[in-house]
Amino acid sequence: MASILLFLGLLAVVAAWWLARQGLASKPWLEHGATGALPEADPIPPSKIGLGIFLAVVGSLFALFISAYAMRMQLPDWRDVPIPGILWLNTAMLALSSLALHGAGTAAGRDDLPGLRVGLLAAGISALAFLSGQLLAWRQLTGEGYLLAANPANAFFYVLTGVHGLHLLGGLVALGRTIERSWRETATRSLRLSVELCATYWHFLFLAWLVFLSVLTGWAGDFVDICRQLLT
Amino acid sequence: MAVALILVLVAIGSVVFHLVSPWWWTPIASNWRYIDSTIIITFWITGAVFVAVVLFMAYCIYRFRHQSDRQAHYEPENKRLEWWLTIVTGLGVAAMLAPGLFVWRQFITVPDDATDIEVFGQQWQWSFRLPGADGRLGTSDTRLISPDNPLGLNKDDPKSHDDVVIEGGELHLPVGKPVKALLRSADVLHDFYVPEFRAKMDMVPGQISYIWFTPTRTGEYEILCAELCGVGHPQMRGKVIVQEASDYQAWLQDQASRNFARLVPAAN
Amino acid sequence: MVDMPLGPAGVGVPADVEDVELYHPHSWVTKYVFSQDAKVIAIQYSFVALSVGLIALVLSWLMRLQLGFPGVFSFIDANAYYQFITMHGMMMVVYVLTALFLGGFGNYLIPLMVGARDMVFPYVNMLSFWVYLLAVLVLVGSFFAPGGPTGAGWTLYPPQAILSGTPGGQEWGIIMMLVSLMIFIIGFTMGGLNYVVTVLQARARGMTLMRMPLTVWGIFTASFMALLAFPALFVGAVMMLFDRIFGTSFFMPAIVEMGQPLERNGGSPLLFQHLFWFFGHPEVYIVALPAFGIVSDLISTHARRNIFGYRMMVWALLAIGALSFVVWAHHMYVSGMNPYFGFFFATTTLIIAVPTAIKVYNWILTLWRGNIHLTVPMLFALAFIVTFVNGGLTGLFLGNVVVDVPLSDTMFVVAHFHMVMGVAPILVIFGAIYHWYPKVTGRMLDDTLGKIHFWVTFLGAYAIFFPMHYLGLMGIPRRYYELGEMAFVPPSAHTLNAFITIVALIVGATQLVFVFNLFWSLRHGRPSGGNPWRATTLEWQTPETPPPHGNWGKDLPVVYRWAYDYSVPGADQDFLPQNQPGITRAAPGSLHG
Repeated sequence: MASILLFLGLLAVVAAWWLARQGLASKPWLEHGATGALPEADPIPPSKIGLGIFLAVVGSLFALFISAYAMRMQLPDWRDVPIPGILWLNTAMLALSSLALHGAGTAAGRDDLPGLRVGLLAAGISALAFLSGQLLAWRQLTGEGYLLAANPANAFFYVLTGVHGLHLLGGLVALGRTIERSWRETATRSLRLSVELCATYWHFLFLAWLVFLSVLTGWAGDFVDICRQLLT
Repeated sequence: MAVALILVLVAIGSVVFHLVSPWWWTPIASNWRYIDSTIIITFWITGAVFVAVVLFMAYCIYRFRHQSDRQAHYEPENKRLEWWLTIVTGLGVAAMLAPGLFVWRQFITVPDDATDIEVFGQQWQWSFRLPGADGRLGTSDTRLISPDNPLGLNKDDPKSHDDVVIEGGELHLPVGKPVKALLRSADVLHDFYVPEFRAKMDMVPGQISYIWFTPTRTGEYEILCAELCGVGHPQMRGKVIVQEASDYQAWLQDQASRNFARLVPAAN
Repeated sequence: MVDMPLGPAGVGVPADVEDVELYHPHSWVTKYVFSQDAKVIAIQYSFVALSVGLIALVLSWLMRLQLGFPGVFSFIDANAYYQFITMHGMMMVVYVLTALFLGGFGNYLIPLMVGARDMVFPYVNMLSFWVYLLAVLVLVGSFFAPGGPTGAGWTLYPPQAILSGTPGGQEWGIIMMLVSLMIFIIGFTMGGLNYVVTVLQARARGMTLMRMPLTVWGIFTASFMALLAFPALFVGAVMMLFDRIFGTSFFMPAIVEMGQPLERNGGSPLLFQHLFWFFGHPEVYIVALPAFGIVSDLISTHARRNIFGYRMMVWALLAIGALSFVVWAHHMYVSGMNPYFGFFFATTTLIIAVPTAIKVYNWILTLWRGNIHLTVPMLFALAFIVTFVNGGLTGLFLGNVVVDVPLSDTMFVVAHFHMVMGVAPILVIFGAIYHWYPKVTGRMLDDTLGKIHFWVTFLGAYAIFFPMHYLGLMGIPRRYYELGEMAFVPPSAHTLNAFITIVALIVGATQLVFVFNLFWSLRHGRPSGGNPWRATTLEWQTPETPPPHGNWGKDLPVVYRWAYDYSVPGADQDFLPQNQPGITRAAPGSLHG
């Protein structure tokens, strides 16, 4: 359960940092009347905070899958899955998608509506390419006989990529709606928030994919082993 | 008034129930007297806290009941009192935890002279395996289980040849000798539990767990399954018979010869 | 920190949240069915959760009938018995207590108590309820599925949960249970995001975190914990579904079931237990923390005294929330895991007792020198303290690893967790309903019926679960369909079992008095006015009672003080609402601290 505890530890640090600024040591019965803290003058939109917390929940879900992976792989029947080469292409696609959304974000900042549309479309297309690539990887693996129930390593491969893919699909719904709106709207102003939210979501997805990839290739395991050796 | 009185009765009633009720643990028959002592310590500390809290509440409810001319005291906090209570609580908790951890260390440290025995669970019966003359158990694997090898012994392991298998029968143990029970399951979780021994541990398919104990009193005790294992869970009973060493040896010889008699035709 | 903008005469200017069009629904359907008003959603959540609670109550009757009078009721066979205990447990823990505290009280109280018009994402909030209802329907539907619901025990431990020796294991029961849980978690996440973000973002002007009532603190912390803990159950459920449907071996080792070898290999049943309890232990506090918060406010209001040691209460709440994520394996002391974990988990578990004890001390110190009105909500709050202290203290037995060895998996455990997370939180729920019913309906619940309900429930529940500890101490295991012949069990224990069953029937029947009261008082209750308990917190200061959608009319409230200004020296009444600007109180120098 090390990875989930690590993840929650990071969240706890963030929470503690935030709480420390909220005057938890103040004596509220002495502060009365009109003085007192307020939400900041230009508050962060609730949807940004909401997305942040949602991503923390998804992060916790992913970290738990990785914890389960790490515990299960120590048992003797584990046989590693060869990583299909197409995964590297998929990784590049997802990176492209994430970059395109970042570009769309800056285009929205510049009030560049055509740039924004191109960025969003590029992100959508490359995300779809990523998903189809993942499906190809599944087909390739099943074709080579790495079936779901044959070994826990196979099962984890399908489950982890599947959960990540579903997560991406959910994002694509939001992205699709933003793309559709970007064709109806005439100014970028009303789109800015949606684009920023999509970009955050995509960066998180890309990061999560890198973590999954490092777990599936065994690099994460090697890294942990090296750290352990350094510590002992 | 009535409320305060009833709370006092609840506190006193609980203590009286504890003292006079006929329901108490079974007389111990193993070396885990320390566990009982830890429970007693915990009962004293927690009982005192419970009674103190409830009586204090009852007093407050009576003394500070609503009256039209009464005004509650305004006091947001009292740092000294709170820290003081925290420290006392911490000490109380430590007084329970320290002996607990000390006994747990003993519980998981198996003495060198303990004899290995195996307890094997399946839906819904107990089987046992005792080491033969070599004093050691052979290896085993769930995948080797078959009608003529009900516990899945590894026949290639020479240590397994003289093992005494008791399928669905009674477990006999010599009194006064430490035993390390290796716990194994063929299908689902079970839990080897003899109330008189106090010890208990789950048996998990795919791995071997253990407990150790020294039977200290001869007699017959019931083995219960303490982990839900399907609809037959309450019917999964066994019996352990603790005997003097000489009686135990005689019984073991008898079992070994029966085992041999059963194995010989299978070997042909 | 920004100073509040001041209007004329030192009065704060309310935050500018528009009374948007959304708050004026146009049809009956958008007002009562697909409503986006948190208060309506709260009532929908509560109604469904209480209905599930009644089903769970009947299930508990059936299992108690079997335990008290074994063999008398032939329709309760072993299969049915295990199905009843499983559904009772899962329903109560997840679908009743979690849903009621967070979905019910959270939805109703958070926006009102922090001075918001509504939750920040009302549409998602509405979806949350309907997804929850779907989860409930799937769960209840499993009663009608072939083979009936699962009988694996609410812990759903594999391999047993998906094998044929368990009711529903090889049929629909376990699948529907897991699917229902996954749906519930999705629905909860939608709601939970609302509860958390509303507290973070939608507080009224002047409502600093340290001015929030402890109810909001409790629900806020619990929602956050639930958001992070439920994924563990989700992961476990996904993997078990794969094991059950696709024949993978996440949790399934090599197994010979009834003489037949299964096509499984190498999996780890303990892995599931770790995942389950990584959710399961925080879950205990997800239920407990809202109860802690609510009971603090009940005691303070009805004792006319500020909650004693507010800061310590907040810190303790946060400490419990954080610590509860590192104690999970105390449910697994005898599970066959690495025994050296026992040292760590026993220590963390007993450390959690310290902040919990602080909360208890502060509740009873709030009574000290108070002006105690023994209203029905207050009675429930007091009874909560008794049962919670009792159940908390027996937790010290079970948390202390070696003491747990003889007691785990016995009736002692059953008695303990029913006292601490069954009876205690349910008493708070009742207290809270008696307390806030006037705000929801504008009428008081009947006092006499309330007192009957209270005394039978409190003393009855105590009489059920207190003696039960001693059955466990004697060594009677839990989850036994029938005790049968046990040499060490005297006949008197069977008499005790029969006694417990009879009391359980009486306590259960008394809940009908409560249900009757709920409906009767809707029409015939005494009109309550806006603030019948003379309480300080914002929900009692709404311009209308019951508050309409949008809560506050034209202007949002502005908060000038903390939530506990009761009996302030020098004030002309014994409570000062949070939104009252007048500063009539003694100089701070005369106060402690």
